[in-house]
Amino acid sequence: MAKYLILIYGNEQRWADMPAEQQPVHDAAHRAFSAAAGGRVLAAEQLEFTSTATTLRSDPHGRVVTTDGPFLETKEALGGFYLLEAADLDEAIALASQLPEVHADHSGVEIRPVVDHG
Amino acid sequence: MSEDVVAAVAEAHRREWARVFATTAALTRDLDLAEECVQDAYARALVVWEQDGVPDRPGAWLTTAARNRARDVRRHESVFRRTMPLLVADESVPGPDHATVEDDRLRLVFTCCHPALAPEAQVALTLRFVCGLSTAEVAHLFLIQESAMAARITRAKKKISAARIPYRVPGPDQLTDRVGAVLDVIHLVFTTGHTAPLGGRLDRPDLAESAIRLARMMHVLMPNDAEVSGLLALLLLIDAHSDARVSAGGRLLLLSEQDRSRWNADMIKEGVALVTQALRRQPPTRYAVQAAIAAVHAEAPTWPDTDWSEIVALYDVLLQLWPSPVVALNRAVGIGFRDGPAAGLAALDPLLDEPALAPYGYLSAARADFLRQLRAWGPAAEAYQEALALTDNQVERDFLEARLSSVRAASA
Repeated sequence: MAKYLILIYGNEQRWADMPAEQQPVHDAAHRAFSAAAGGRVLAAEQLEFTSTATTLRSDPHGRVVTTDGPFLETKEALGGFYLLEAADLDEAIALASQLPEVHADHSGVEIRPVVDHG
Repeated sequence: MSEDVVAAVAEAHRREWARVFATTAALTRDLDLAEECVQDAYARALVVWEQDGVPDRPGAWLTTAARNRARDVRRHESVFRRTMPLLVADESVPGPDHATVEDDRLRLVFTCCHPALAPEAQVALTLRFVCGLSTAEVAHLFLIQESAMAARITRAKKKISAARIPYRVPGPDQLTDRVGAVLDVIHLVFTTGHTAPLGGRLDRPDLAESAIRLARMMHVLMPNDAEVSGLLALLLLIDAHSDARVSAGGRLLLLSEQDRSRWNADMIKEGVALVTQALRRQPPTRYAVQAAIAAVHAEAPTWPDTDWSEIVALYDVLLQLWPSPVVALNRAVGIGFRDGPAAGLAALDPLLDEPALAPYGYLSAARADFLRQLRAWGPAAEAYQEALALTDNQVERDFLEARLSSVRAASA
């Protein structure tokens, strides 16, 4: 078995503006996904919006500089993740394609294999 | 070392490499290791065949040698290798020892054409590992440096192992989604073989043959799929012309100039039967319609007998299924043959601003030909020059240059 991190990206404004009646449908889709994936979900979290993010880098003198905002300012931001266990990429794709963000027009998911250190 | 043995090994490399590789990869489930073991088997052949003579079935000898080498490596490096990601094999199919070579190649095709790989990587991997071209040859076909192609192939192999792209034919629930990429790659292998992008020869018949063999494998896997039947029909109907495409002097012959008695009647018969079957499926599919167009040409006893109304009607359907500028170009050319060169020029006109056609010499060549028929010698010469500036294949260039001198002579 291998591990894959499923990164959920989308337009935060569109997530914030999601109609009230849409929210329970969206949540139910995630619960259905978790039920289908069963024990293959090793971890999963929804993230607060990037307006709450804090980024740390160092300046040329090696001092740590703290700034407000995400590491990269992009139109589509990381909104959450699942850490999955799957036999191979095809199984990971089959599972991840059930996520509701794959089917919305402003969002999608990225599948990243996790390095296996043995 | 005797020249006979060197020649036999070279011949076996050309003819058998792809099959030896597919069978070895089925065992190693690691493309790099399979490559090393196959390389090693050919090196051993040089020594062993010198002592014992060339075996009756060189391919079988090489496969056994490569697989034995792979088992040795596995045994000695088992501790190290256990931590390395492997190609994921399908446990539900019979082990490689029982599988046929064709099964191994089919699995390899689906691995190489996985949609998680970039399209240009899919084609490169297929040419390298399924068709058995060297990295240098693949680079040459795509007009890029060998080092750049080597890097592209290495990156793709790394993704296959790190992301665990499986080494298997997808199950029935995924097969329909996955077959499109495989067909597109097979089609590209064929067209690359049919008109090699540059060099002194018009075609690479070995690639066209490989593509037809792969299309046949897909047809065995999915006999009722209209797209698969359509692609196989298309390749057969186009390849049926291959003996008639170039004159004895090496000049490219247009469909209108070809000796149709030299077309391969068996291939045409098989292609027409397949396209008839494929067209029964609704809605029509892209390759089936393209094959139907090729079938109209194949069934016309002479060039003037070509049913241009039918061809334009089929291009109309194709343009709906696949709205591509190249299809629009072919449709406009069909209109020119149906309604005369002036109508053809008018149909080509809207395509002149199409950026996708700008690097494509065929638009200029088609305009040049209609202008020539209209005896507009000056503009025709200009259009032939434009076409020449965009064409690298020497056989095609010879054709365009001959036409250019003839319109220049006519205008003088």
